[in-house]
Amino acid sequence: MANETEIKYLTPIAVETQRKKYCRFKKSGIKYIDYKDADFLLKFVNEQGKILPRRLTGTSNKYQKKVSQAVKRARHLALMPYVADLLK
Amino acid sequence: MVKQYETVFIMTPVLSDEQIKEAVKKYQSLLTESGAEIVYENNWGMRKLAYPIQKKSTGFYYLIEFKAEGDVIATLETAYKRDEKLLRFLTVSLDKHAIAYNEKKRSGGLRKQQEAAQAKIEELAQ
Repeated sequence: MANETEIKYLTPIAVETQRKKYCRFKKSGIKYIDYKDADFLLKFVNEQGKILPRRLTGTSNKYQKKVSQAVKRARHLALMPYVADLLK
Repeated sequence: MVKQYETVFIMTPVLSDEQIKEAVKKYQSLLTESGAEIVYENNWGMRKLAYPIQKKSTGFYYLIEFKAEGDVIATLETAYKRDEKLLRFLTVSLDKHAIAYNEKKRSGGLRKQQEAAQAKIEELAQ
Protein backbone atom coordinates (compact mmCIF):
# COMPACT_ATOMS: atom_id res chain seq x y z
CA MET A 1 0.00 0.00 0.00
CA ALA A 2 1.22 3.47 -0.84
CA ASN A 3 0.06 5.51 2.12
CA GLU A 4 0.96 3.17 4.91
CA THR A 5 1.24 5.08 8.18
CA GLU A 6 3.45 2.71 10.03
CA ILE A 7 7.12 3.66 9.76
CA LYS A 8 9.66 0.94 9.76
CA TYR A 9 13.30 1.54 10.47
CA LEU A 10 16.09 -0.54 9.03
CA THR A 11 18.27 0.24 12.01
CA PRO A 12 16.92 0.96 15.48
CA ILE A 13 16.55 4.66 16.31
CA ALA A 14 19.42 6.08 18.28
CA VAL A 15 17.92 6.69 21.69
CA GLU A 16 20.18 8.85 23.74
CA THR A 17 21.66 6.56 26.29
CA GLN A 18 23.61 8.27 29.01
CA ARG A 19 27.19 7.26 29.00
CA LYS A 20 28.88 6.77 32.31
CA LYS A 21 30.76 9.92 33.27
CA TYR A 22 34.32 9.64 34.47
CA CYS A 23 36.98 11.91 35.83
CA ARG A 24 39.56 12.46 33.15
CA PHE A 25 42.28 13.30 35.68
CA LYS A 26 41.80 10.10 37.61
CA LYS A 27 41.63 8.08 34.43
CA SER A 28 44.75 9.47 32.82
CA GLY A 29 46.68 9.94 36.05
CA ILE A 30 47.17 13.70 35.89
CA LYS A 31 48.18 14.93 39.33
CA TYR A 32 48.82 18.61 38.71
CA ILE A 33 46.79 21.05 36.67
CA ASP A 34 48.92 23.79 35.20
CA TYR A 35 47.46 27.30 35.26
CA LYS A 36 49.89 28.35 32.52
CA ASP A 37 48.33 25.97 30.01
CA ALA A 38 45.37 28.11 28.96
CA ASP A 39 44.51 25.94 25.94
CA PHE A 40 43.93 22.95 28.19
CA LEU A 41 41.87 24.94 30.69
CA LEU A 42 39.57 26.08 27.89
CA LYS A 43 37.99 22.63 28.04
CA PHE A 44 36.60 23.43 31.47
CA VAL A 45 34.90 26.73 30.71
CA ASN A 46 31.88 27.58 28.57
CA GLU A 47 31.97 30.14 25.78
CA GLN A 48 31.36 32.93 28.27
CA GLY A 49 34.47 31.91 30.15
CA LYS A 50 32.56 30.47 33.12
CA ILE A 51 33.83 27.32 34.79
CA LEU A 52 31.71 24.31 33.85
CA PRO A 53 30.06 22.37 36.68
CA ARG A 54 31.11 18.91 37.70
CA ARG A 55 27.84 17.42 36.55
CA LEU A 56 28.74 18.30 32.96
CA THR A 57 32.43 17.49 32.85
CA GLY A 58 32.36 14.50 35.21
CA THR A 59 35.46 15.70 37.04
CA SER A 60 35.83 14.36 40.57
CA ASN A 61 35.54 16.78 43.46
CA LYS A 62 39.25 16.59 44.22
CA TYR A 63 40.24 17.70 40.74
CA GLN A 64 37.38 20.13 40.23
CA LYS A 65 38.84 22.21 43.05
CA LYS A 66 42.22 22.16 41.31
CA VAL A 67 40.67 23.03 37.95
CA SER A 68 38.85 26.01 39.40
CA GLN A 69 42.00 27.18 41.19
CA ALA A 70 43.99 26.89 37.96
CA VAL A 71 41.36 28.75 35.93
CA LYS A 72 41.29 31.55 38.49
CA ARG A 73 45.07 31.86 38.42
CA ALA A 74 45.07 31.92 34.63
CA ARG A 75 42.47 34.69 34.70
CA HIS A 76 44.55 36.74 37.10
CA LEU A 77 47.55 36.54 34.77
CA ALA A 78 45.38 37.53 31.77
CA LEU A 79 45.93 34.16 30.11
CA MET A 80 42.16 33.65 30.14
CA PRO A 81 39.37 36.21 30.20
CA TYR A 82 37.17 36.83 33.21
CA VAL A 83 34.24 37.56 30.94
CA ALA A 84 33.90 36.86 27.25
CA ASP A 85 31.38 35.98 24.65
CA LEU A 86 32.11 33.57 21.86
CA LEU A 87 35.25 32.21 23.43
CA LYS A 88 35.00 29.08 21.32
CA MET B 1 61.42 25.37 55.88
CA VAL B 2 62.65 25.64 52.34
CA LYS B 3 59.90 25.33 49.77
CA GLN B 4 59.78 25.60 46.04
CA TYR B 5 57.92 28.55 44.57
CA GLU B 6 57.06 29.83 41.17
CA THR B 7 56.50 33.45 40.33
CA VAL B 8 55.24 35.07 37.14
CA PHE B 9 55.16 38.79 36.56
CA ILE B 10 53.85 40.90 33.70
CA MET B 11 55.65 44.11 32.78
CA THR B 12 54.28 46.98 30.72
CA PRO B 13 55.03 46.79 26.99
CA VAL B 14 56.24 50.41 26.87
CA LEU B 15 59.65 49.48 28.28
CA SER B 16 62.71 49.09 26.11
CA ASP B 17 64.56 45.77 25.97
CA GLU B 18 67.26 47.09 28.26
CA GLN B 19 64.80 48.30 30.86
CA ILE B 20 63.15 44.90 30.84
CA LYS B 21 66.50 43.14 31.26
CA GLU B 22 67.36 45.50 34.09
CA ALA B 23 64.09 44.85 35.91
CA VAL B 24 64.44 41.09 35.51
CA LYS B 25 67.99 41.28 36.83
CA LYS B 26 66.77 43.31 39.82
CA TYR B 27 64.36 40.57 40.85
CA GLN B 28 66.92 37.83 40.24
CA SER B 29 69.45 39.56 42.47
CA LEU B 30 66.77 40.32 45.06
CA LEU B 31 65.97 36.62 45.22
CA THR B 32 69.55 35.39 45.36
CA GLU B 33 70.55 38.03 47.92
CA SER B 34 67.75 37.02 50.26
CA GLY B 35 68.97 33.43 50.16
CA ALA B 36 66.81 31.92 47.46
CA GLU B 37 68.12 29.47 44.92
CA ILE B 38 66.82 30.02 41.40
CA VAL B 39 65.92 26.68 39.84
CA TYR B 40 64.55 27.72 36.49
CA GLU B 41 63.71 30.82 34.52
CA ASN B 42 61.60 31.27 31.46
CA ASN B 43 61.13 34.33 29.36
CA TRP B 44 57.70 34.12 27.75
CA GLY B 45 58.30 37.43 26.02
CA MET B 46 55.60 39.70 24.70
CA ARG B 47 52.14 38.19 24.89
CA LYS B 48 48.67 39.40 24.18
CA LEU B 49 46.60 39.85 27.33
CA ALA B 50 43.19 38.21 27.48
CA TYR B 51 41.75 41.50 28.70
CA PRO B 52 43.25 45.00 28.98
CA ILE B 53 45.15 45.84 32.18
CA GLN B 54 45.88 49.53 32.82
CA LYS B 55 44.74 50.15 29.25
CA LYS B 56 47.53 47.93 27.87
CA SER B 57 46.65 45.03 25.62
CA THR B 58 50.05 43.31 25.62
CA GLY B 59 52.51 42.49 28.35
CA PHE B 60 55.96 41.11 28.88
CA TYR B 61 55.82 37.85 30.85
CA TYR B 62 58.64 36.42 32.89
CA LEU B 63 58.66 33.30 35.06
CA ILE B 64 61.09 32.39 37.84
CA GLU B 65 61.07 29.14 39.77
CA PHE B 66 63.05 29.17 42.99
CA LYS B 67 63.65 27.46 46.32
CA ALA B 68 63.41 29.70 49.35
CA GLU B 69 62.29 30.22 52.91
CA GLY B 70 58.76 31.50 53.31
CA ASP B 71 59.69 35.01 54.44
CA VAL B 72 61.42 35.72 51.13
CA ILE B 73 57.99 35.84 49.48
CA ALA B 74 56.92 38.85 51.53
CA THR B 75 59.99 40.87 50.53
CA LEU B 76 59.56 39.84 46.90
CA GLU B 77 55.92 40.82 46.83
CA THR B 78 56.49 44.19 48.49
CA ALA B 79 59.11 44.86 45.82
CA TYR B 80 56.52 43.89 43.20
CA LYS B 81 53.92 46.19 44.69
CA ARG B 82 56.30 49.14 44.71
CA ASP B 83 57.21 48.63 41.08
CA GLU B 84 55.05 50.68 38.75
CA LYS B 85 56.41 48.87 35.69
CA LEU B 86 54.56 45.72 36.67
CA LEU B 87 51.00 45.11 35.53
CA ARG B 88 50.45 41.85 37.42
CA PHE B 89 52.29 39.24 39.41
CA LEU B 90 51.50 35.83 40.83
CA THR B 91 53.53 33.74 43.24
CA VAL B 92 52.48 30.20 44.04
CA SER B 93 54.10 27.50 46.13
CA LEU B 94 54.62 24.22 44.32
CA ASP B 95 53.66 20.86 45.77
CA LYS B 96 55.47 17.65 44.85
CA HIS B 97 53.20 16.97 41.87
CA ALA B 98 53.77 20.46 40.52
CA ILE B 99 57.54 20.09 40.83
CA ALA B 100 57.40 16.74 39.05
CA TYR B 101 55.19 18.21 36.34
CA ASN B 102 57.50 21.17 35.78
CA GLU B 103 60.57 18.97 35.57
CA LYS B 104 58.87 16.64 33.13
CA LYS B 105 57.70 19.57 31.04
CA ARG B 106 61.20 20.96 30.95
CA SER B 107 62.86 17.73 29.92
CA GLY B 108 60.04 16.96 27.49
CA GLY B 109 60.26 20.43 26.01
CA LEU B 110 63.98 20.03 25.67
CA ARG B 111 63.52 16.75 23.86
CA LYS B 112 61.11 18.34 21.44
CA GLN B 113 63.53 21.17 20.77
CA GLN B 114 66.31 18.67 20.20
CA GLU B 115 64.13 16.72 17.83
CA ALA B 116 63.26 19.87 15.93
CA ALA B 117 66.92 20.79 15.74
CA GLN B 118 67.80 17.28 14.57
CA ALA B 119 65.10 17.41 11.89
CA LYS B 120 66.43 20.72 10.67
CA ILE B 121 69.96 19.35 10.44
CA GLU B 122 68.75 16.36 8.46
CA GLU B 123 66.72 18.62 6.21
CA LEU B 124 69.77 20.72 5.50
CA ALA B 125 71.90 17.65 4.84
CA GLN B 126 69.57 16.37 2.18
